[in-house]
Amino acid sequence: MENKIDELVPGIKYSAKDFASDVDVKWCPGCGDYSILAQVQRTSPDFGERKENIVWVSGIGCSSRFPYYMNTFGFHSIHGRAAAIATGVKLANPKLQVWVATGDGDMLSIGGNHFIHACRKNINLKILMFNNRIYGLTKGQYSPTSEKGKVTKSSPFGTVDWPFNAIKLADSAGATFIARSLDRDPKHLQEMITRASKHIGMAFIEVYQNCPIFNDGAFAALTEKDSKPDNVVILEHGKPLLFGANKNKGIKLDGLNPVIIDLNDGKHSISDCWVHDEFDDNPTRGFILARFSDLPGFPTPIGVFRQFKKATYDGDYYSQIAHVKKQKGSGTYEKLMFTSNTWEVN
Amino acid sequence: MAKTVQVVDDVTVRFAGDSGDGMQLTGSQFTDTTAIVGNDLSTLPDFPAEIRAPAGSLSGVSGFQLHFSSSDIQTPGDSPDVLVAMNPAALKVNLKDIKKNATIIVNTNAFDAKNLRLANYETNPLEDGSLAGYNVIQVELNKLTMAALEGIDLSVKDKDKCKNFFALGIMYWMYNRPIEITLKWLETKFKKKPEILEANQKALQAGYNYGDTTEIFTTRYDVKPAKLPKGVYRNVSGNEAAALGFITASLKSGLPLFLGSYPITPASEILQELSKYKDFGVITFQAEDEISGICSAIGASYSGSLAITSTSGPGLSLKMEAAGLAVMTELPVVIIDVQRGGPSTGLPTKTEQADLMQAMYGRHGEAPVVVLAAQSPADCFYMSIEAAKIALEHMIPVILLTDGYLAFGSEPLKIPKLEELPGIKINFRKDPEGFHPYQRDENFVRPWAIPGTPGLEHRIGGLEKKDVFGNISYEPANHEIMTNNRKNKVEKVADFIPDLVVEGEQESELLILTWGSTYGATKEAIRNAKLKGYKTAHAHLKYINPFPKNIGTVLNKFKKIMIPELNLGQMAMIIKSRFLKDVIQFNKVQGQPFKVAEIENKIIEVLGGSNGK
Repeated sequence: MENKIDELVPGIKYSAKDFASDVDVKWCPGCGDYSILAQVQRTSPDFGERKENIVWVSGIGCSSRFPYYMNTFGFHSIHGRAAAIATGVKLANPKLQVWVATGDGDMLSIGGNHFIHACRKNINLKILMFNNRIYGLTKGQYSPTSEKGKVTKSSPFGTVDWPFNAIKLADSAGATFIARSLDRDPKHLQEMITRASKHIGMAFIEVYQNCPIFNDGAFAALTEKDSKPDNVVILEHGKPLLFGANKNKGIKLDGLNPVIIDLNDGKHSISDCWVHDEFDDNPTRGFILARFSDLPGFPTPIGVFRQFKKATYDGDYYSQIAHVKKQKGSGTYEKLMFTSNTWEVN
Repeated sequence: MAKTVQVVDDVTVRFAGDSGDGMQLTGSQFTDTTAIVGNDLSTLPDFPAEIRAPAGSLSGVSGFQLHFSSSDIQTPGDSPDVLVAMNPAALKVNLKDIKKNATIIVNTNAFDAKNLRLANYETNPLEDGSLAGYNVIQVELNKLTMAALEGIDLSVKDKDKCKNFFALGIMYWMYNRPIEITLKWLETKFKKKPEILEANQKALQAGYNYGDTTEIFTTRYDVKPAKLPKGVYRNVSGNEAAALGFITASLKSGLPLFLGSYPITPASEILQELSKYKDFGVITFQAEDEISGICSAIGASYSGSLAITSTSGPGLSLKMEAAGLAVMTELPVVIIDVQRGGPSTGLPTKTEQADLMQAMYGRHGEAPVVVLAAQSPADCFYMSIEAAKIALEHMIPVILLTDGYLAFGSEPLKIPKLEELPGIKINFRKDPEGFHPYQRDENFVRPWAIPGTPGLEHRIGGLEKKDVFGNISYEPANHEIMTNNRKNKVEKVADFIPDLVVEGEQESELLILTWGSTYGATKEAIRNAKLKGYKTAHAHLKYINPFPKNIGTVLNKFKKIMIPELNLGQMAMIIKSRFLKDVIQFNKVQGQPFKVAEIENKIIEVLGGSNGK
């Protein structure tokens, strides 16, 4: 793919290589993280930012090693706190493009509070959450996205807790760009990353990612050639929801209930299908879509669930500063200290 | 009847009433006026943790104490000379604190059966002789206020709310202060509510006239202006002073100020105060929790801001993991901890000095930080600047300890000229040539290379880093080198701080070593003891980690070392372990500051006297 880098970053032609640091990548062989890294490096030249203006912030976990491998500014922080640190980085210098690399445990468990509040405030960050439904770095305990009943090292009889649906969580918390992709679908992942990079506001991408050591094949039904067509529906704005090997199945909306229809049964046609509107400002349909991955028999959607414009925290904050400065003039030491309540001793 | 004027040197007044009676406001108005007429002063509010406990109840009493003088003072005063009690509960709660022959101005209208019952009085103290010995002045505050406000179109309830200004008017008359400063303040405050403005102004004027004309007041007191050094002054609380100090540090360093903070008593005023200064470009990020407070500050520091986070003890505990990250990544962050009574929720509105160990050693791993402590409300201004300067120039987290007593207390700050304050040198790394993230200068300081700088793209993080180069390193020897680097960097700060000064009697056998807010009470206690012939030396620590370089020499000069502190002996433990010195501990953990007399008695006891006890 030819990058239109000349237009994006005047005077600089970046390639994927420019975004690779000199550090040896040390994920396990076969880990889905390699693909995510490759897609980010490939798309980075398209972000339209000089690389010194890009910052990758992470928490703790396998995914959080990510910044070390990017030749941008990077900050590998502490468990769960990436969103909070990234918020500070962005607020202090809004010219930076700030990305967060995180995992399901890092962002949805220990970092849950920072995540929902970063979404609520619509801080202009891009969060790339690697979801492998397991704790990898601590060697195989269940995570907040592990399916109920999962047998892991810390749940030998199966878990009794319900998992988070990250898409629902991000949308209800206030994120303004909500998408999902797959480590094994490089093209789709590249598209999601590039689009997130252009979004102004909180952009959240959940990437289903295979952990070959502790949760191998967790998403095989979604990524393997034979099973993918029946189990994945690709969301494209303005297009009907179709899936199946020959796009022979569709989804229609019966009131608020999604129904799978067979386009070859003679009773249904493509015009019955739900047409995806990613700019829908009513979250209802986005929620119904997000539920698909929890409904037996339904395909898992990938793509942009919803995106919309909303004032960002950082944007409004700086507008407020500019407004007050315009009203009062810029602050000086004299204005700070010599207020009306002073008195003089001679 | 002619009224006499008596000149006095020193007065302590306490205003007390229901949480809703406006006592803090009354007290701060009296303070502002007293400051402007030129007295030295020190104040301390005392209020319950409950916002509005039931009216008239003992738990709902809110107080404001003001000590003012024609000479130099350091504390809000041990025992009030005057108590203004708005109701029976206020009288009951405060009676034990005031001087034996104190003046009590009471609102007799509030001494009805219901209020007496709420205050657990079986008989009316105004009638049963229990106040014999006090100079009790009975004023029908409600009735007089109502009468003064006749004709103003306000509800009875709204008029009743003005009685604190009537009481303030009486106090202004009694202490010979002008009422104009408060009249003017009311104008600004109630610009949009002309009836309320008129009512409060009238109540104030009526109170003043009442003192002047009625025969129950026979004496006025005159406290002459104090001989303070020349200059322009303003009255500041510790929290306000800290906020002003941080903004000043921002101006001095040329860096934007970023505060990440979560509301917590008694530190919230720092967040509130700083949020006003958008014209200075100050960013106050009210975070979702304490952890995000410090983490956002660390992020802002990475981006090149002067980054601070404000909190109190429980919040400091929550911030500790992130403080370790700041140690590891060697980023400048100031953590201001306004200590309160602990552990856990403890006594949120009361003071204590019990976070010292947490500040020093509360992090996992070998994670030294710089620890400083402010000594008075006005000193919070200077120590905030100092904390910022050390953090920024040494690329290091700094914990600045203040406490509830300093935070809420106030005193005059002589406003320095900007150029009199120390400069703060910022040296962002710009040159990619030979850049390594953990290459140190002679003070063990690593370069600050902020995002946006071409050619300096690099990665930092919580994992141990290779010395100089900054890549992840698990080498055993490297970890020891880096651990020592971090320790040496803190110790090197000692080269940049002032020596410990010994005040008072250099030849005394006793040195009193203080830190933080015990400074004022100790200083006054030493002065009082000296008048009785007991001579003491005094050294005060504002720099706790590292200590001033000469501290060992100072300690060795004295036979006895006494450390008064509002904890069970935390500084004593540090001094004992580090210098192998015997220390006489003097501890108090009642949520209240030391009284001058308590320290004075202890000094005399240690020096073999009895002070009449």
